[in-house]
Amino acid sequence: MATPVALRVVEANFISYRRVWKGSAVTSFVNPILYLAAMGLGLGSLVDDTAAATTLGADSYLEFLAPGMLVATTMITATFESSWPMLAAIKWTKTYEATLATPVGVSGLIGGHFIWIAMRLLAVSTVFVVVMLAFGAASAGDAIVLLIPAVLVGLAIAGPVSAFTAGRESEQGIVLLFRFGITPMFLFSGTFFPISQLPDLIQPLAYLTPLWHGVEVARRMAIGTATTLPIWQHLGYLIVLFAVGAWLTGRYLARRILP
Amino acid sequence: MQPKFDRERHCSPVVCSLVAAALVTAKGLTKHFDDFVAVDGVDFEVREGEVFGFLGPNGAGKSSTMRMIGSVSPVTAGTLRVLGFDPSTEGRLLRARLGVVPQEDSLDLELTVEENLLIYGRYFDISRKDLAPRIDELLEFAQLTDRRKDRTEPLSGGMKRRLTIARGLINRPDLLLLDEPTTGLDPQARHILWDRLYRLKQDGVTQILTTHYMDEAEQLCDRLVIMDRGKIVAEGSPSGLIAEHAPREVLELRFPVGVQDGVVEQLEGVATRYEALADRVLLYTDDADASMRAITERGLAPEQTMIRRSTLEDVFLKLTGRTLVD
Repeated sequence: MATPVALRVVEANFISYRRVWKGSAVTSFVNPILYLAAMGLGLGSLVDDTAAATTLGADSYLEFLAPGMLVATTMITATFESSWPMLAAIKWTKTYEATLATPVGVSGLIGGHFIWIAMRLLAVSTVFVVVMLAFGAASAGDAIVLLIPAVLVGLAIAGPVSAFTAGRESEQGIVLLFRFGITPMFLFSGTFFPISQLPDLIQPLAYLTPLWHGVEVARRMAIGTATTLPIWQHLGYLIVLFAVGAWLTGRYLARRILP
Repeated sequence: MQPKFDRERHCSPVVCSLVAAALVTAKGLTKHFDDFVAVDGVDFEVREGEVFGFLGPNGAGKSSTMRMIGSVSPVTAGTLRVLGFDPSTEGRLLRARLGVVPQEDSLDLELTVEENLLIYGRYFDISRKDLAPRIDELLEFAQLTDRRKDRTEPLSGGMKRRLTIARGLINRPDLLLLDEPTTGLDPQARHILWDRLYRLKQDGVTQILTTHYMDEAEQLCDRLVIMDRGKIVAEGSPSGLIAEHAPREVLELRFPVGVQDGVVEQLEGVATRYEALADRVLLYTDDADASMRAITERGLAPEQTMIRRSTLEDVFLKLTGRTLVD
């Protein structure tokens, strides 16, 4: 039985990951605990429950924050996975060049890259949801469906960021992407406060971010708040972003490594 | 186990006899990068079991040619057949049968020596069960058995190079492509590597290599082409090329600073041909001792003299007027 080429790339990623899995697993557990404790419980204690119910539509600030924090976490994971290791494989170690000299073509390489990232996102969000359950910030019934917007937001980020990385000559662009793209998105896409609190001029920018769409859906699934658009439109937007990003990644990589 | 290249399945008996003669056939092979012509209509053939070389300075088009053979760079014009495949439409099938040793090692430095081979073997869809003995064998070949569990990053340049070659052999290729295999290695590491490549040749592995070292080409290649500015300027065996294009010996003379320019005309007639370089004069001659006597009789006193046999570098110099290492 021949293995599809993309899965051979996934296996290679898995072999690499074995070296770092312990540290990675600990981070996946500790980060949500820290955020939910500090922001949800600590900062959240300043938000009284009536205010939470009227302005946030949640029983507590922790309940409001947790689903947003879940999708923001997959966004960060996806950005890392599709920037540093990828730039290294293209430019520093040149392992992509070695891979493309084998029967694994660009499509297999890209396919494996995104399947691997999807698996990582699933692992990270599963851990996060378990922590949410421990904090009482989600019910067991909602836990599984929450994984859907979480993984999709991650992929909607991984697609365009991978395409961006495939076109980079230096790490400078990635540093700037984190500083001026990911960090503002993390802070202003509805994770920590509703975007209705943003100045009217800036609000439309939040609508463009994949994170906001994911937060809308995740919050709906966790605490039943109404979404701005029908759920399928939010998720559809994420899928389109991923698809366009993945397609561009293939094009840029082929142009760069197979001139 | 991967099946060997199967002639019966790939071609008719008549074509098969041709394939047996030539694993690679290029006719008018051309590569453009926008306006830049990297490879300018070259013709060559590589036969089964031989070590074939592309010799030339940096930028001659050697690596571009190799990348087209390896099906990682589209052919701009001309025809190219490798192992009976068309690289532009049957790339995946072709790459399954090739071994590639790129100019830069491109190893995953965070992984162990063994893991680098394992991952690469899996790219060829070789089962882990078949890979285990293959990896043992290749580590032995690369003299890295005692480093198999070590991280790759701290290995020496020569070790990394040998590991890259071992990696290129993981699928038992029908053709091994080596792009500047010893560039950047110290002399001892180069000799170890040459020894390994020679062993592969004895095992019947067809190899194509690029190099800008004439000694490497002389040591390793059965046949080679000399490339310059995208074109092939000469073709033959190392000794054949030397015999054809250069007299047997070279007399190298150094004169005191400032004297050389005046001296050159007085050397007329003592050798078949002479070449005045910036720092020395080369005299091509069939009998260097006789030439030396003639020089002394003319009352010329070079600061330093050296007699050596002609090399490919001299052939290159004669054909292009430039030295190989730019």
